[in-house]
Amino acid sequence: MSEVAVQHGMADVYEPSLFGTYSKKIGMWLFLLSDTLTFGALLFAYSYGRISNPDWPTPFGKESITNATIMTGCLLSSSLTMVLAVLAARRGDRNWTRNWILFTMFFGIAFIVLHGLEWTHLIDEGMTPFKNPWAANVPQFGGTFFTLTGMHMLHVTIGVIYLGVVSLRKAFLPILLAVWAVAWWLIPANSVFHYGVHALLAGFIVAAVILILKPKVYDAHDVEIAGLYWHFVDLVWMFIFPLVYLMSTRV
Amino acid sequence: MHTAAATHDEGKGQYFWVWGALLLLTAVEVVLAYKRVFEPLQMLEALMILSIIKSALIIGYFMHLKYEVAAMKWVMMTAVTACLCLMCIFFPDAFRIVHLGVR
Repeated sequence: MSEVAVQHGMADVYEPSLFGTYSKKIGMWLFLLSDTLTFGALLFAYSYGRISNPDWPTPFGKESITNATIMTGCLLSSSLTMVLAVLAARRGDRNWTRNWILFTMFFGIAFIVLHGLEWTHLIDEGMTPFKNPWAANVPQFGGTFFTLTGMHMLHVTIGVIYLGVVSLRKAFLPILLAVWAVAWWLIPANSVFHYGVHALLAGFIVAAVILILKPKVYDAHDVEIAGLYWHFVDLVWMFIFPLVYLMSTRV
Repeated sequence: MHTAAATHDEGKGQYFWVWGALLLLTAVEVVLAYKRVFEPLQMLEALMILSIIKSALIIGYFMHLKYEVAAMKWVMMTAVTACLCLMCIFFPDAFRIVHLGVR
C-alpha cells in the first residue's frame, strides 16, 4: 500500500491518512484543540483568581440562573439541529440541510440576545471589567467574567456567521449587512453592544471576501466541519456555565 | 468518499436520546447548585464530573469522535487532556495564597 503511494508522479495516489478521514476534518479538529487550550487558559486564570480570593462575589440570583439555564438549553438544542443538518447533508437533502442549519442559527442568535441582556443587566448594576458593586476588594471579578463570556459570545457570533455562509452563501451577505445596520441603529449609544455589533460588519467583510474570491457549493464535508466548530462552542459553554454561574449563585 | 466515520449507524434516534440526557444533566447541575446541596469544594467536584460527562456525550456523539479510527481518538483526546492537566500544576499556588493572606 505505502510502496505504491510513495512513487512520485502517479496521479491520484496519496498516502492514506493516519486518522482515516479527510484533511479538512483533521484541520478543524486541530484548530479546535488549540482553541480548547485558549479557553482552558482563560478558565484556569478565572479559577486561580477565584480560589485564591475568599471574598469572590456570588451575585447571580434566580433571574440570572434562569436566563443562563435557558441559554444552555438553546445551545444544546442548537447542537441537536446541527447534527440533523449534517445527517441531511450526508443523504443529499439540500433543503433540509439548509433548514436545520437555519434552526441552529436561530438558537445561536437566541443565545447571543439572552447573553446580551444578561450583560446589560449586570452593567446596569454597576459592573465593569475593573470593578463591581458586590466586592470592592475583588476588582478582577468583572474582568474575568466579561473576558470569558465575551470570548465565548464572540465564538458563537462567528459560528452563526459561518453557518450562514455555509447554508445561504452569497444570499447571506445582504442579510448580515442588514442585521448589522438595524442592530447599530436600534441599540442605544450608551450600550457596549452599540459598538460590539461592529463584529458583524467585520464578519460581513470576511465572508464577502471568501464568497467572492472562492465561490463554491458547500458539500456534506463542509457542513460536517462547520458542525464540529458549532459543537465545540457548545462544549465550552458546558464548562463556563457551571464554573462561572452555578458556582456563584446568590440564594 | 468512504471513511471510517461513514460506516456507523446514522439513525436520528440516538441523537435525541443524547440531547435528552444533556438536558437532564443540566437540570441536575442547576438543582444541585441552586439548592446548594454540597459545600463549595464538593459542589465544584460534582459540577466538573457532570460537565465532563456532558462533554464526553457531545464529543463522542455530536462530534462523531466515537466513530472515528482509534488513532484519531487517542491522539486528539490524549494531547488536549495532557495540556489541560499541565495547567493544574499551578492550582496549589492558589490555595497557598489563601493561607498566606494579604497584607
